[in-house]
Amino acid sequence: MSAPRNQFPTKLLRWLSFSAVILPLLILGGLLFEVLADGLTRIDLDFLQGYPSRRASRAGILPSMVGSMCLVVLTACLVVPVGMGAALYLEEYGGRSRASRFIEVNISNLAGVPSIIYGLLGLGLFVRLLDMERSLLAGACTLALLVLPIIIMASREAIRTVPYSYREACWGLGATRWQTIRRVVLPMALPGMLTGSILAISRAIGETAPLIVVGALTYITFLPENLWSPFSALPIQIFNWVSRPQEAFIENAAAGIIVLLGIMLFINSMAVWLRAALQRRGR
Amino acid sequence: MSGVEAEDKNSVKIEVSDLRAGFGKTEVLHGINMKIPSRGVTAIIGPSGCGKSTFIRCINRMHETVPIATTSGAIYMDGENIYSSEVDPVLLRRRVGMVFQKPNPFPNMTIRENVLAGLRLTGSTKAKDLDQVVENALEQAALWDEVKDRLDSPGVGLSGGQQQRLCIARSLAVSPDVLLMDEPCSALDPIATAKVEDLIRTLKEEYCIVIVTHSMQQAARASDKTAFLLMGDLVEFDDTTRLFTGPSDSRTEDYITGKFG
Repeated sequence: MSAPRNQFPTKLLRWLSFSAVILPLLILGGLLFEVLADGLTRIDLDFLQGYPSRRASRAGILPSMVGSMCLVVLTACLVVPVGMGAALYLEEYGGRSRASRFIEVNISNLAGVPSIIYGLLGLGLFVRLLDMERSLLAGACTLALLVLPIIIMASREAIRTVPYSYREACWGLGATRWQTIRRVVLPMALPGMLTGSILAISRAIGETAPLIVVGALTYITFLPENLWSPFSALPIQIFNWVSRPQEAFIENAAAGIIVLLGIMLFINSMAVWLRAALQRRGR
Repeated sequence: MSGVEAEDKNSVKIEVSDLRAGFGKTEVLHGINMKIPSRGVTAIIGPSGCGKSTFIRCINRMHETVPIATTSGAIYMDGENIYSSEVDPVLLRRRVGMVFQKPNPFPNMTIRENVLAGLRLTGSTKAKDLDQVVENALEQAALWDEVKDRLDSPGVGLSGGQQQRLCIARSLAVSPDVLLMDEPCSALDPIATAKVEDLIRTLKEEYCIVIVTHSMQQAARASDKTAFLLMGDLVEFDDTTRLFTGPSDSRTEDYITGKFG
């Protein structure tokens, strides 16, 4: 009989990785509990339908909630076609040239640029140079720039999961590159591309810094009417409330956080649902 | 009548003339000359890395889909140089079908959709009896009886051998006149291999088939003519029986008797 194998490293690794899972969950759970405890009682129909007010008990979040939703939809419309198109080009047409590798590296770098920088870019480019002023469109364009690199990378990842042999099979049948992309590559990659895009956009909804720079308002008593309207957004409203000294506004902030989390949860579950639905249809 | 048929059998479908091909600065094929007959099976054998696959991929211009691929020389199909600037490789590939090493039916399509993929992809489904196309192609690929009751189930649900025959049916559905097969049985078990070989023997009456194989037994069993490639050169090209019983080059003899490779 050989000596029993030393079980210690295996067990240690197991516990370490287990705590790596459980620790963040505990912290997040604690935060969530705090927020729910503070804000849940504050959420009612008046709060959801109300406009900002100097009196905390009468303040509502309707304008910033609507603003955030408009931003998300607008950002998605702007960025998803561009991001997916760029990813398709880089994967299917770009080849391995020096130029395309240079672009690749820079896209990954852009994904890591702090969001405040994008805010300043948005301020200079959209608000000032293109004269969009502090409008919904300027905000959406800025957020679109912010998530574009992430969407390109997620989409490329999804396209790369389609094995090369299907492309060859397609070309072998006399299909052009575009026919191959439309009928074989895209249907197989689309669930992944969409999920990646939606997750990226749901991150953008929580962005505060770039919107402050671009000039989102905190005290607004009307809903955005068109692309050129001034707007507010949930994270900005929350930020504003948190910085007030009165206890009641802190409660408002917690309630706002719950609403924001709810919207994000909704968007993310839509991503999951969409992926499942597309895959079912693809089969 | 018989005179015409005999002539047809011996007529040349593909004439390869000083074909050189490679990747970047590496040349894989160093000037191949070969005349492939209109009917029957031509097998390409040789050790790994000799350029078999590159050669067959030049015949439907699939080789050039790799960004750094290079080609020179000419391949004449029915007398027309397929490498001339007037030939559109996309249209060429509709005349020259290809079956790959690993069965690759499209996973997002049913059996029926897979067979029709070529027509659907290229938008040429109009004015055709699609049910008839599906039945004919599957019939030709000896798969009809096995799948006729489940045409709408996914193509990837079939066994490996059935998938490969589905891929053959998919190629046949666009009615090519040449069928290229790049080691079509290397991922299959012996029984599935035997079925595909049977199929090749039937199809050769109607098509010009070029098959790459690393199994010499398969070349001997299923082909009429065999070409032996070594390090990018065509060493010997002859009737299969003659090449295997009395090769004229000593390197061919060494290879088929198993001294290397």
